[in-house]
Amino acid sequence: MEKFQEILNDSWDFYRRTLILVAKGSKLYYAWCLSLLAIIIVGFIFYLKQHEVGLIATNMNDQVSWGLYIANFTYLVGAAAAAVLLVVPSYVYQFKPIKEIVVLGELFAASSVMMAVLFVMVDLGRLDRFWHMLPFIGSMNFPQSLLAWDVIALNGYLILNIFIPVYLLVNFYYRKKPNWKFILPFILLSIPWAVGIHTVTAFLYNGLPARPFWNASILAPRFLASAFCSGPAIIIIIFQIIRKVSDIKLENEALFKIAELIAYAMFLNLFLLGSELYKEYYSHSIHMAPVEYLFEGLHGHNLLVPWIWAAMAMNVMAFFIFMIPQTRKRLSILNLGCLLVIVGVWIEKGPGFVIPGFIPDPLGEIHEYIPNLLELMVSFGIWALGLLVFTLLMKVAIPIETGKFTHTDYEKGVTAFRPH
Amino acid sequence: MQNKRYTRREFIRNLSLTTLAGLSLPLLSSCAKEEVEDFLQKHFHEMTEEEKKRVIAKLEQRYLQKYGRKFQISTKEALPDTLWGYGLELSRCIGCRRCVYACVKENNHSRHDPQLHWIRVLRLKRGNLINLENSEHYYDPDLVPEKGFIYLPVQCQQCQNPPCVKVCPVHATWQEPDGIIAVDYNWCVGCRYCIAACPYKGRVFNWTEPNIPKEEINPSVHYLGNRPRMKCAVEKCTFCIQRVRSGRYPACVEACPTGTRKFGNLLDPNSEIRYIIDRKRVFRLKEDLNTEPKFYYFFEA
Repeated sequence: MEKFQEILNDSWDFYRRTLILVAKGSKLYYAWCLSLLAIIIVGFIFYLKQHEVGLIATNMNDQVSWGLYIANFTYLVGAAAAAVLLVVPSYVYQFKPIKEIVVLGELFAASSVMMAVLFVMVDLGRLDRFWHMLPFIGSMNFPQSLLAWDVIALNGYLILNIFIPVYLLVNFYYRKKPNWKFILPFILLSIPWAVGIHTVTAFLYNGLPARPFWNASILAPRFLASAFCSGPAIIIIIFQIIRKVSDIKLENEALFKIAELIAYAMFLNLFLLGSELYKEYYSHSIHMAPVEYLFEGLHGHNLLVPWIWAAMAMNVMAFFIFMIPQTRKRLSILNLGCLLVIVGVWIEKGPGFVIPGFIPDPLGEIHEYIPNLLELMVSFGIWALGLLVFTLLMKVAIPIETGKFTHTDYEKGVTAFRPH
Repeated sequence: MQNKRYTRREFIRNLSLTTLAGLSLPLLSSCAKEEVEDFLQKHFHEMTEEEKKRVIAKLEQRYLQKYGRKFQISTKEALPDTLWGYGLELSRCIGCRRCVYACVKENNHSRHDPQLHWIRVLRLKRGNLINLENSEHYYDPDLVPEKGFIYLPVQCQQCQNPPCVKVCPVHATWQEPDGIIAVDYNWCVGCRYCIAACPYKGRVFNWTEPNIPKEEINPSVHYLGNRPRMKCAVEKCTFCIQRVRSGRYPACVEACPTGTRKFGNLLDPNSEIRYIIDRKRVFRLKEDLNTEPKFYYFFEA
């Protein structure tokens, strides 16, 4: 009983101090958090309207029945997968701040998966029936429906990526050495699981013969290749922000290594895309209509054409930036490359992937889709929520990692001691 | 015993609590209770007979209030030894869309903004049949048939191997023993994965609360068929489940002025549909996808 009381006191103390930690920050920190909060509120108000009148409030329709929400979902699953996959090269290249990278990568993955799940939830017509999808409680169509697989894969990944960093951070907080024998299997499990979530998400589209654009066996590899571009690009930017605002030391060399990795991934991504384009254009069957719609326009409908060509240009430019050592080793150009990849892959794999699947529709109808204001606002709201959650997680995780935020008993101890 | 004195604070507290309870009571007992019931309603297959009866009674009450008509909501099960099949003679169809509007009326579709259709009639230039990319869905001439065109009506093909059932994450849609693909409108989560999976565009979505004028309502409905639906759930042609299970033809078959549409039991060797399959030249849409539709297009022998 006394022990329990102690744990209760300890955790109360932790929460209290966490709140103080989160509430205190520079002016920039306040401005950042408050603007995110404002975007979240605006997004939420727009969502309430959608919830009230139904999905008619969006620009989706019977022809293009998935839109911006599912596009964002697809992209974020990739980002989440890549964040953890980054742990592998970190091990291979023996980065010194490996433990920070594990924790950071996994918290980033958790935030991304959370956003991905939210994008599915706002896309559901009947959010009130969400529980029908839950295993044991509802009636899940497992293993038949790939969406059921995705519910399990994404939630499992989310739990894994919350459990691992929390376990490590709690240990660091108490200045204890984490039991690596216990936690390492989970970290190792998170790596194939990361491949899993993205593969399952690719298969979700892949298994539909009604949609020839998605019914290509190259889809899952393409998904992984593009995720290996956008995920690390986001991480490079985040690393730089973190080392600016905290004491975590990250050498440029580490960033350049990641950039090199992006070059390989981008090569693979462009190669796979090229293979697909070759097959479509050389065989020239009627099933290439969606590709034609995307790259050239179909019967005068060409809303996506400028977007996909912009994405192609960005991806190719980024490829050269990351491939040539002289350019990738200049931080300003490196960051430009990251930005190009983040946006380029988003277009290619988000709207550029989801929308052409519906155009033309199975009965040959061409109905163009472009998201409306409500869809944009709800999407911004979810992105802002993800960023806010990630920011707050970092605000607590980084001081624990650097040994600045520990249990009070150890406060008086050696402050220079680092947990690893 | 302690002398009980009513302090002002206690009085205010009791008063406010009583008011709160009084205000929330009608809310809880009518609106909220019904909403909670709706929220917790089980999958159609998991309901006991008793529960089904309760749900039907609730719906009848609700429809009476909304449409001012007494509904008969059937849950009639599939007839034994029955597998429904449909025949459509392409050479006869004149593209008048009477089937489309008969379906709208019979099946209580939403009428305005948008009007939902379970049947689509495609207009194809003569010389085309399989490549639908050049088809026109919204043709609107003064007179049909038009010279140089043929018409291809498409609705749910009631596949024996249905991709939509396979992908549904929550078992909200399934194949009935008589081959009809049914939807539990109250179980559908509105993810629209089935719409993405269907090669025939057989499924439509209620993007908003459906609207039907009171005077146009059809009160003779089936729970898995033409009962008035709700917003953001998916729906589709059921071969008029409410009619065919009581020995009637689907509304589209009855409405067709040219006798293009045929219907019958595939398991009965003497049925009209079996006659057609045996004697005419039949084909099914997108047979290469192996969905095994029970919807046969045919030409005169």
